[in-house]
Amino acid sequence: MIDCTSAVRRLWNFIELDLPEAERDEMDKHLAFCRRCCGEVEFAEELRVLLKDSAGPELPPDAAVRLGEFIDSIEGE
Amino acid sequence: MDTMQDQTITAFGVIAREQLPWLYSLARRLAGDRAEDVVQDCLLRAFKGFPQLRDPQAAPAWFRQILINCANDHHRKRLRAPDEQPLDETSDQTLFRRIVDEDPLPYSDSVHLDFLHSFTDDHVWAVLDRLDPKYRVPLVLVHMEGISTADVSRMLGIPLNTVLSWLHRGRRLFETEMWNYAEEHDLVCQEQGVTS
Repeated sequence: MIDCTSAVRRLWNFIELDLPEAERDEMDKHLAFCRRCCGEVEFAEELRVLLKDSAGPELPPDAAVRLGEFIDSIEGE
Repeated sequence: MDTMQDQTITAFGVIAREQLPWLYSLARRLAGDRAEDVVQDCLLRAFKGFPQLRDPQAAPAWFRQILINCANDHHRKRLRAPDEQPLDETSDQTLFRRIVDEDPLPYSDSVHLDFLHSFTDDHVWAVLDRLDPKYRVPLVLVHMEGISTADVSRMLGIPLNTVLSWLHRGRRLFETEMWNYAEEHDLVCQEQGVTS
């Protein structure tokens, strides 16, 4: 039976379905009785969504002008 | 009549300008304040290699690979440096448990979700900026860009096990820095409407 430290180490591979079957079974058994690690799994899933849904920084107008001019300059070479 | 070379240059300009917003966005997350330099390097390399791009539909993936290479060149020294951001691998202390232990939102019924939701996109980028590039880059490529770890390994020219190790450390360090950032910027107090 794995302990919480091992479960936490496997957490992200578990939620990304990227664990070998035997290790996944061990996680399932641990989660069946460990409420705290169930909370860890839910939290990691929410954090994953936060990262995935985080919109990238927008191109600032002044940088857009400079980069546009840079394209002009390399086209003109 | 335009020569073939003129047409190629015009096509490059059109395609490159279309890519600029997302190229900058990715560069900002990979390289922080050096984003504009990275995009310029990318544009220059893309211009030189443009005749090799046969299918304009493949332009986004082609530009992305070039941008990642350019960001890596900016980080090359850091990627080869030994680990400097300490992480206790034997500890099972996580952000989830820290929130349980310290209960930063005592009136919340969903303290973990509320903690995460106090982070705007700006805050997320600021936390990313705190990570060493070797941890930030895999985190961005895998968890924000949705690229598989195997492809990240190929793109970075780094063994898969190393990518997995950096990704693991990167997630742990990101959690640690989220907590530090929340404390330093009174995110928790602002959520509760308490002045610091």
